[in-house]
Amino acid sequence: MTALSRRNVLAGGGALVVGFSLARGAAAQHESKSALPVDLAKSPMLDSWIRIDADGKVTVFTGKAELGQGLRTALIQVAADELAVGPESIELVTADTARTPDEGVTAGSHSMQDSGTAILNAASNVRALLAEAAAWRFAMAVEQVEMHDGAAHSLNGQSATYGELAAMLDLHVEAKPNMPRRARSTVIGQDLPRVDIPAKVSGGQTYVQDMRLPGMLHARVVRGPSDGTRLKDQNLDEIAKMPGVVRVVHEAGFLAVVAQKEWHAVKALQRMQSAGWVRPGEPLPTTDIRDTIRKLPAEDVPIFNYPGPPAPTDGKVVKARYSRPCLMHGSIGPSCAVAQWDNDSVTVWTHSQGVGPLRKSLSELLRLPLEKVRCIHVEGSGCYGHNAADDVAGDAALAARAVPGRPVRLQWMREQEHGWEPLGPAMTVELQATLGGDGKVAGWRHDVWSNEHNSRPQTGGGLLAGMELGFPHQKVRPIPMPEGGGARNGNPIYALPNASGVFHFVEQAPVRVSALRGLGAQMNVFSIESFMDELAHAAGADPVAFRLAHLQDDRARETIQTVVDEFGWAKRPKGGGGHGTGFAFARYKNLAAYCAIALEIDVDRESGVISVERVVVAVDSGEAVNPNGIRNQIEGGIVQSLSWTVNEAVGFDSQHRTSFDWSAYPILRFPQAPKKIEVHVIDRPRQPFLGTGEASQGPASAALGNAVADAVGIRVRDMPITPDRLKTALANRAGS
Amino acid sequence: MISLTVNGKQHEVDADLDTPLLYVLRNDLELNGAKFGCGLGQCGSCTVLVDDKPVFSCLMPLAALGNRKVRTIEGLGTADKPGPVPAAFETEQAAQCGYCIAGMIMRAQALLERNNRPTEAELRAHMAPNLCRCGTHMRILAAVRRAAVAMGGGVQQQAEAKP
Repeated sequence: MTALSRRNVLAGGGALVVGFSLARGAAAQHESKSALPVDLAKSPMLDSWIRIDADGKVTVFTGKAELGQGLRTALIQVAADELAVGPESIELVTADTARTPDEGVTAGSHSMQDSGTAILNAASNVRALLAEAAAWRFAMAVEQVEMHDGAAHSLNGQSATYGELAAMLDLHVEAKPNMPRRARSTVIGQDLPRVDIPAKVSGGQTYVQDMRLPGMLHARVVRGPSDGTRLKDQNLDEIAKMPGVVRVVHEAGFLAVVAQKEWHAVKALQRMQSAGWVRPGEPLPTTDIRDTIRKLPAEDVPIFNYPGPPAPTDGKVVKARYSRPCLMHGSIGPSCAVAQWDNDSVTVWTHSQGVGPLRKSLSELLRLPLEKVRCIHVEGSGCYGHNAADDVAGDAALAARAVPGRPVRLQWMREQEHGWEPLGPAMTVELQATLGGDGKVAGWRHDVWSNEHNSRPQTGGGLLAGMELGFPHQKVRPIPMPEGGGARNGNPIYALPNASGVFHFVEQAPVRVSALRGLGAQMNVFSIESFMDELAHAAGADPVAFRLAHLQDDRARETIQTVVDEFGWAKRPKGGGGHGTGFAFARYKNLAAYCAIALEIDVDRESGVISVERVVVAVDSGEAVNPNGIRNQIEGGIVQSLSWTVNEAVGFDSQHRTSFDWSAYPILRFPQAPKKIEVHVIDRPRQPFLGTGEASQGPASAALGNAVADAVGIRVRDMPITPDRLKTALANRAGS
Repeated sequence: MISLTVNGKQHEVDADLDTPLLYVLRNDLELNGAKFGCGLGQCGSCTVLVDDKPVFSCLMPLAALGNRKVRTIEGLGTADKPGPVPAAFETEQAAQCGYCIAGMIMRAQALLERNNRPTEAELRAHMAPNLCRCGTHMRILAAVRRAAVAMGGGVQQQAEAKP
């Protein structure tokens, strides 16, 4: 969308964007944009981010989305703090291709770093403009104007509300870099209660699943039981005659049913599913998926190379191989979208993480010009990465095209979500290190095999419906470091000499995979942090002391020290007899939040069941905008990661996925939750925001593996560490 | 037309007898709280109270409801005046995406109405049918403990016997 048309939309919203202009004029246009935060440089006009109405109401725009991570509240805090207004006077508009800046995908723990920083800087600019306007109005120097509580005040008692001042301003001007922040924070750093929670605990309308538009129809998409299958052909005329069915939408390989009532759509779907199914393509390999992937042709991509002298030939060499299976996002609510066609244009309400890329995919899928497609983010059930949110948006748009003028709500069924969502890829990591005579690492090698963790839709063929309509498959390429995909966090944060790593990128994907929370970081951190313990053991060192001996980053050291102190690491009980402790640390992507975890467990040696007695965490997320929000993300990440690590593995036979529901893919339930999780947030006022949503999964799984080794003396390197696997390992050891 | 009583109010709906209660609550009565999660009774996001007992509304056909009384989260208060259980969830900030939360609150409500002094193990066992994927478990448990106190009782922390 052009700036001009956006401005028209904004003007249509009733804002006073034109008035007496105190704009800096042309000079600002020529200043270097490179000093602006990335997303602000992409959308530098202040009114793309912030508008102030004549009545003083502040509207803030973000291209990022609330996914349940608390972003809405945190961004309101950032804007309120820097504008010097109460958070209640701010309305935040989230990802909408017609209204908000394009900030790509809400993923990778980038939202505070990208959107938070952009809004912070835009707010500094707007506050400065308001102060200049007030100074002009008060006929005083700007230094004599104070801004607080949504108004400007002079030392001699004059005041003007932001609404009055905004009417004198044109905010359609470019942001200036390096504007000073307010001297004192009043909203940032506070545990502001989440603004979305009251509706969520009272049955309010929150989710795209809750949308009810006038004349809305209900639809279901019709597919085989899982990725790679299709239903047998059947008599669709019979289906069209079923009670309540409005339309059967059949186009090439795409099939959906539209009905008056949701239950009628479900019944029609169930009848079609009973026709039986086939797998048209190659059967799936029957070996474990992680072994299949490791043996497929790979393109070798260097991850990192730390210089150093060759390792001594008489050093102690330690090697280990670690692996994880395919994992599911496993959203509790199956994916859903609402779509409506009017006059050859379509509006889609979606819980996609990327309304911009989805819009592009839909425009290809539907053969519509981009400007005829609007995608509006509405919250859905938590997604934890690229789940079926985008696919269902394509399904709903195609179903809605068959009934123009009528909104269509299409939700997937549980078995469809389990059967078709893109999975978190199976991975294998091999590590080899040489210990020198001083007990320190003298050489290190990291090899990781995986499909790439990103098939997010960019084209029509990136959506399931697009594949069914014959659009070419998207080509997947490795995500470059320093972020990386399968390679993410494969570069150790430790100061290791003579160290290197290679991502063995496997392009061929026998099963559908994409981005799951943390991408490769969970596996790479699990491997590195398990291996650090194994090396410490080989060197006869304390695992934490061994890490600190290889760690120079001061913030990393302080994060670790916080956990050491709060956990009482030095006085921890000696491991053995089924009781043990474990520690792990990582900085997500070596760019985002620092997270150290210590935990204490009991292992029932009869059943192999692990009970987590307590977890102590320290996290450094830079400037902590909402410390309780950070704690919530860290706790959630730990519990989710414990579920991955102990419970989860997607199953396959030669024809399809066998993990078709929660009985076949059991995730953690309440009795298995830790007894206690204690999170210590290390605040770094005025330091950059560091993304937190994916910081704890890697350390949590590694700390658990380390605690298991400490408790029972068995190192489990292949996830999941299920009770059965542990029981068998214990029995084998007892028998040997 | 079928008659049913939800949150103390009688409603007449035009729906097939095999329609699960969940679809009637959400679509005919326009109540958002109960959610479709699995349709299989495996996740609890559709949990409502039927004659004070927690049930999976996704599995209960209208025909099986009879004249039993249905309660949903909408009957426990409003965003401005929440009942003790939703209020405790708000105080503890016990939600991430929140999709499971209405079901969690209804299951907790059923427990605390019957027994406001459960042990921690009873609490966890009682909540076991309900899944949360965001990992909000620690806060949900804290919220139920807080609500138990607000309802005149309290969750009993029991040291587990060691073998």
